[in-house]
Amino acid sequence: MSTVLHANKISIEFGGLKAVSDFSLNLESGELVGLIGPNGAGKTTVFNMLTGVYLPTSGDITLEGKSLLKKQPHVINHYGIARTFQNIRLFKEMTVLENVLISYHAHVGYNFVSGLLHLPSFKSREKEMRKNALELLSIFHIEGKQDELAKNMPYGEQRKLEIVRALATKPKVLLLDEPAAGMNPQETHDLMNLIRFIRDTFKLTILLIEHDMSLVMGICERILVLDYGQTIASGTPDQISKNPMVIKAYLGEEADFSA
Amino acid sequence: MLLQQLINGFTLGFIYALIALGYTMVYGIVRLINFAHGDMLMIGAYTGYFILNALGATPSSLVLSLVVSMMVCAVIGVALERICYKPLRTAPRINILIVAIGASLVIENGGRILPFMGPNPRQYPQLAGSVNQLDVMGQQVIISQQDIIVIVVSIVMMAGLGYIVKFTKIGKAMRAVSHDTRAASLMGINVDRIISFTFAIGSAMAAVAGVLFASKYPQVQTYMGILPGLKAFVAAVLGGIGSIPGAMIGGIILGITEILSKAYISSKMADAVVFGILVLILMVRPTGIMGKSLKEKV
Repeated sequence: MSTVLHANKISIEFGGLKAVSDFSLNLESGELVGLIGPNGAGKTTVFNMLTGVYLPTSGDITLEGKSLLKKQPHVINHYGIARTFQNIRLFKEMTVLENVLISYHAHVGYNFVSGLLHLPSFKSREKEMRKNALELLSIFHIEGKQDELAKNMPYGEQRKLEIVRALATKPKVLLLDEPAAGMNPQETHDLMNLIRFIRDTFKLTILLIEHDMSLVMGICERILVLDYGQTIASGTPDQISKNPMVIKAYLGEEADFSA
Repeated sequence: MLLQQLINGFTLGFIYALIALGYTMVYGIVRLINFAHGDMLMIGAYTGYFILNALGATPSSLVLSLVVSMMVCAVIGVALERICYKPLRTAPRINILIVAIGASLVIENGGRILPFMGPNPRQYPQLAGSVNQLDVMGQQVIISQQDIIVIVVSIVMMAGLGYIVKFTKIGKAMRAVSHDTRAASLMGINVDRIISFTFAIGSAMAAVAGVLFASKYPQVQTYMGILPGLKAFVAAVLGGIGSIPGAMIGGIILGITEILSKAYISSKMADAVVFGILVLILMVRPTGIMGKSLKEKV
């Protein structure tokens, strides 16, 4: 296995407040890693640094050896990192299919003129993208709804659509920010299988933030725990669930890791 | 009589709508009221003036002047964004608004000292046009050639814009950026490119409006963009700023109201009536006719 995404001691300060300090991460190709921690621990901030939304105050991030520092988010996305959001950020007034096509479009090169004039090269690519988009939607069981506005979909399906939209950018690394938030146990269970399935099908490396312990413990091979911006533990689900520091950080007493 | 006034109102309304589209598109993408937008109308009108003067006022030179003024204004619009607005994109919103007002003043007064523009108003070359007299249900209605050109060109421009926004790749990307800039950039969309493109299209629409406005009210001077620009801004707010169909509807409502007030109430009071109606509509619908209430982003 080879290292895909590497973060070396990244820190970020907001006006003197150290939100994340000396966070290190090494994602091997094909790994499925969880990032957990109490609210406000800095998990989403880590995602924002990895995707170029925030520039770390210190440290370095590389994707397959290329530094990601000071690169704009869309450039990092083209390098191969895609993500979803904790609070769903779909293009709500656009249709389901358009949401997916936007990602495809940002990654294929036909120009404005051929698009405007409907040249043959445009038509064939457009057709292929539509086909791919519909296939992705059917993997997530939201086929048949492609012409609905994104805002009219049920909550769980909006979460799935965010994953589809991220996958359409053809990433190497997928960052999922609380993919199961607001889902019931059955939906969460289905989502676990889906995440495993897409990891294997698309040869992805996945880093996910999640509060649902049954999901994290169920599918992650490795877990990192953040608290107040510090990495307080890392290891297999088994090691993590027995780690007293983790239990203390979460509840101040024994937490339910029974899943 | 009423029919005649409605035709005049529609013609003026289409011009307002073309300008309002630029305001609303730029607002939709970068949440900026581009107060220099009215000056794009002026630059477009002057570009058309030079071409029509050089080549003579023929239909083909009118088409040429429309195309060239669109290109000139697109370039100037993009340059304006790159030089004045882009460096301030992360600054507080009020700063960039003040810069926009400053840019507007620089363009207007800069034009006055340029030797080929100058402070004096100039007569706009006009097509030697026919005036068509129609007989509609016993009423005599006059439609000038200028009116027909304004209406046809505006409809073509709006249809073209609608097509670009709805069906092309860059149009979809524009909508995505206006919904959620951050999410769009994280899906691989180059936001800077989309912003430039928006300024280019908006300025090109204003250029067309400038040539049309000057051929209907045949005079050019460097302050000519201020009042139409302001009214088009009102039209955009009336329609719901950020909404493209809203800008079209708002422009037409504004044009018709203005002409009807001039005809039936008082030509001196027309602007007061128009702005009074704006106040009333915004009291009932603060987000404008097609506008959506903005939810707080978390």
